[in-house]
Amino acid sequence: MPVTVRLPGTLRDAVGGETKIQAAGKTLADLFADIDRRHPGFRARVLDDRGAIRSYVNVYVGDVDARSSGGLDTAVPDGSEVMVIPAMAGGR
Amino acid sequence: MPLRRIGAGLRAELWAKLESFNPGGSVKDRAGLWMVLDAEQRVDLDGRILLDATSGNTGIALALAAAVRGHAVELCMPDKIAAERRRIAAAFGATVTVTDPLAGSDGAILRARELARDPKYVYLDQYANPANPLAHAETTGPELWEQTGGRISHFVAGVGTSGTVVGVSRALRPRGVRIVAVQPDDALHGIEGWKHMATAIRPVIWDETCADEHRTVRTEDAVAMAKRLAREEGIFSGPSGGGAVAAAVAVAREHAGLVVALLADGGERYLSTPLWE
Repeated sequence: MPVTVRLPGTLRDAVGGETKIQAAGKTLADLFADIDRRHPGFRARVLDDRGAIRSYVNVYVGDVDARSSGGLDTAVPDGSEVMVIPAMAGGR
Repeated sequence: MPLRRIGAGLRAELWAKLESFNPGGSVKDRAGLWMVLDAEQRVDLDGRILLDATSGNTGIALALAAAVRGHAVELCMPDKIAAERRRIAAAFGATVTVTDPLAGSDGAILRARELARDPKYVYLDQYANPANPLAHAETTGPELWEQTGGRISHFVAGVGTSGTVVGVSRALRPRGVRIVAVQPDDALHGIEGWKHMATAIRPVIWDETCADEHRTVRTEDAVAMAKRLAREEGIFSGPSGGGAVAAAVAVAREHAGLVVALLADGGERYLSTPLWE
């Protein structure tokens, strides 16, 4: 069962204009690789030069912050929802 | 205050204006107070609730000003964004309505617009309120002039609502100061409070022509400079302060004079984020 990935409007341009896409993978790393295959450049927007989740991007698997549960190695259960959220907001 | 180490070897002197010393801890105290006082003059606030969309610092400023002036405040703030600012605003008595974190500050704006249809609210709308830039035209600009003894040649600040840049421009451009407006280089960024104007809801008060130069800064460079400010100058700044100084260094490398960067808040507001790890 595919995983639903919800993205902020600020990443819409990286995935062809969508803010909700389906992807496959057992871990977040797999998931992002799958998205990157279909939308080249996606990983570079979300991951830094060392391949880690950018410091200003939060990724949630369900309600769990991936940064506290293994980062990119976080398991992604079938049918779950992943959210990619900017850690900061523009304007105050 | 002068940045002697980070500014060493540049053509211009490099100074920082530290807005974390305002009572509510950020530059937004100025616009917050001005908007509350302006609302008192314009409308009957009896039994009504001041409303705005904010990712934090304006919310704190409004909550503080409203607490002192005796008004109720409701704030629309994106969920899962730095919890410190939500808690501080709540401590001053504000009611916080959380909005879709995926929609960011623009989502908070849209929610506030919906709520504002109810007449019990007085929507301050920091993105469109003329009292926002006016606060900077009447306070920040004149302070910059006085505190530098009239020597300031360039003013560098990030653009969020744009109130700071627009207001300071109004005060200091007629005195020959060049205004430099800075934005994040990408729509997905980590410079709290700044807007990537090309992809964001455009603030009504924003006027590109108020700036002589427009520059962009990468989040990584902003954070790296915030860390340098702490370790080399003893200034604990938020990421936007680092971004402003990073841009100001570039300006001071190219031009002679006295370049002042505005540091909007302090780093303690971001301790729950991974930026300092």
